[in-house]
Amino acid sequence: MTSYTIQGATGEWEVVIGLEVHAQVTSNAKLFSGASTAFGAEPNTQVSLVDAAMPGMLPVPNRECIRQAVRTGMAIEAQINKWSRFDRKNYFYADLPQGYQISQLYHPIVGEGQLVIEADEKAGIPEDKVIGIERIHVEQDAGKLMHDQHPTMSYVDLNRTGIALMEIVSKPDMTSPAEAGAYVRKLRSILRYVGSCDGNMEQGSMRADVNVSVRKVGSSELGTRTETKNVNSVRFVMAVIEQEARRQVDLIEDGGSVVQETRLYDPDRNETRSMRSKEDAHDYRYFPDPDLLPLELEDSFIEECRASLPELPDAKRQRYENELGLTPYNARELTAEVETFGRFETLLSATASQIGKPEAKVATQVANWALSVAPGVMKSLGDEADPANATAQAQAKILAMQDKGEISGGQAKEIYEHVLRSGDDPEAIADEKGLKQVSDTGAIEAAIDEIIAANADKVEEYRGGKDKLFGFFVGQTMKAMQGKANPAVVNQILKDKLG
Amino acid sequence: MSVTREEVAKIASLARIRMEDAELDRMVPELNNILDWVEQLGEVDTSGVEPMTAVIPNTLRLRDDVVDAIPETSGGRRDDVLANAPAAEHGFFGVPKVIE
Repeated sequence: MTSYTIQGATGEWEVVIGLEVHAQVTSNAKLFSGASTAFGAEPNTQVSLVDAAMPGMLPVPNRECIRQAVRTGMAIEAQINKWSRFDRKNYFYADLPQGYQISQLYHPIVGEGQLVIEADEKAGIPEDKVIGIERIHVEQDAGKLMHDQHPTMSYVDLNRTGIALMEIVSKPDMTSPAEAGAYVRKLRSILRYVGSCDGNMEQGSMRADVNVSVRKVGSSELGTRTETKNVNSVRFVMAVIEQEARRQVDLIEDGGSVVQETRLYDPDRNETRSMRSKEDAHDYRYFPDPDLLPLELEDSFIEECRASLPELPDAKRQRYENELGLTPYNARELTAEVETFGRFETLLSATASQIGKPEAKVATQVANWALSVAPGVMKSLGDEADPANATAQAQAKILAMQDKGEISGGQAKEIYEHVLRSGDDPEAIADEKGLKQVSDTGAIEAAIDEIIAANADKVEEYRGGKDKLFGFFVGQTMKAMQGKANPAVVNQILKDKLG
Repeated sequence: MSVTREEVAKIASLARIRMEDAELDRMVPELNNILDWVEQLGEVDTSGVEPMTAVIPNTLRLRDDVVDAIPETSGGRRDDVLANAPAAEHGFFGVPKVIE
């Protein structure tokens, strides 16, 4: 069922999308050398003789890069190939001193896998959808070129040359920009959970080649595809698909045909254009790299990789719903980013022990606090808030006071404001500023008795069936108590007295 | 197996090696001689023999993920790396302008 179609002059068209995501592997050293992978260093200071392709240098693979690729494969439920091999992909370009990229064409380290993108009605994804992944292979990144520093020369920085990349190739299973966006977000989330890539798209740690073709709705044949290279944000991936699909439909309907080619996306103009300069670059003359023996993985290595995998996004989301009783929305929000669930789980554990209840009993309260109350307070304070004061311990104390009925929701926010400004202890703040609600039944009863005596007519009406007046009595009581009465206690006493 | 003059010219161009006509005249038969020589291996019946990747039993060694452990494969030697470059400025290699 395709929800995304393009209306052309000759009928409706659908889009077929496949993505090749290049993810920089998180490691200290490069794939085949000991040079550092740190981002932002002075040009060419992290280049070894291996990376510069000096004669006589031999590549030796970094175990950690292999390990991260295997763990990533496991996280997408993929087949792990115990025997894989490196091949040379030959092309000539100034950012590639070897004259070839060491990659894995014929025998990749990771075979077929999959991931699930979640239903998102608003985005036009009616139900959960499985997106197939063809393979993951390990390869070298290329250097960086700068064209605007000199009138006749381009400058080359090889610091990035030789950093390990995982190329994660999807099947052509996506049919709308929204699905492709959801796929990239989900993949990024998995990579960050696993810790195999930092997912930083601005720094180029993750970039996508977007394969797009179009066909008439109902047709089962694939159209000719184009590949738009190096797209570096989710928003741009979606824009490329929209632009490229529209361009292809117009082209075909005007009597032309799509040329299989490499294109570039220009975000300023929001259009793709042909990369003519790479026309004959597709003749890569792959062959097995004679410098590298086949990569054979020991069972113990594979077992260690499996044992080191953390709880993954889908499993965590389900556990949040089933065991912690969170709403699907909250579970999804909390599990999307590594930082978010990290903060939530720390706060949940601190709050549960502060209150002395199991985590499942306080999870909803903590989730609402973490997702909406706390960020709201932080935002309203702006620069006045010191994020360092937002400790789990302080927040847990506030949540515990609220759980015991000592403070109201409004008072919790106020106390948290003081905490964020000063870093003082929440209980001390509550005492000093008088931010506590009265649960003392005697005081509340006295106030209610007065209100009932002063409003005999309303009491009659209420007892006569006008239930809505209950709110009036609550309001009057809270007013008399200056907003500091515990609403649960007020409700209970009012119910008893009004009968 | 043999290669044509056009194929040799194309391979040279892909590798950015300039080849004059006279060089091509010499190179084409030379390459074909090498290919013929290697092709003799085809006379051996290898059906049922597993492809071999090395003549001695050996496995790929891996390195630990440590930065700059051995000088020969470490970074931090920009002057060495740039020493033989035809052009280098401000720590960069300089190459004829390439623009997409």
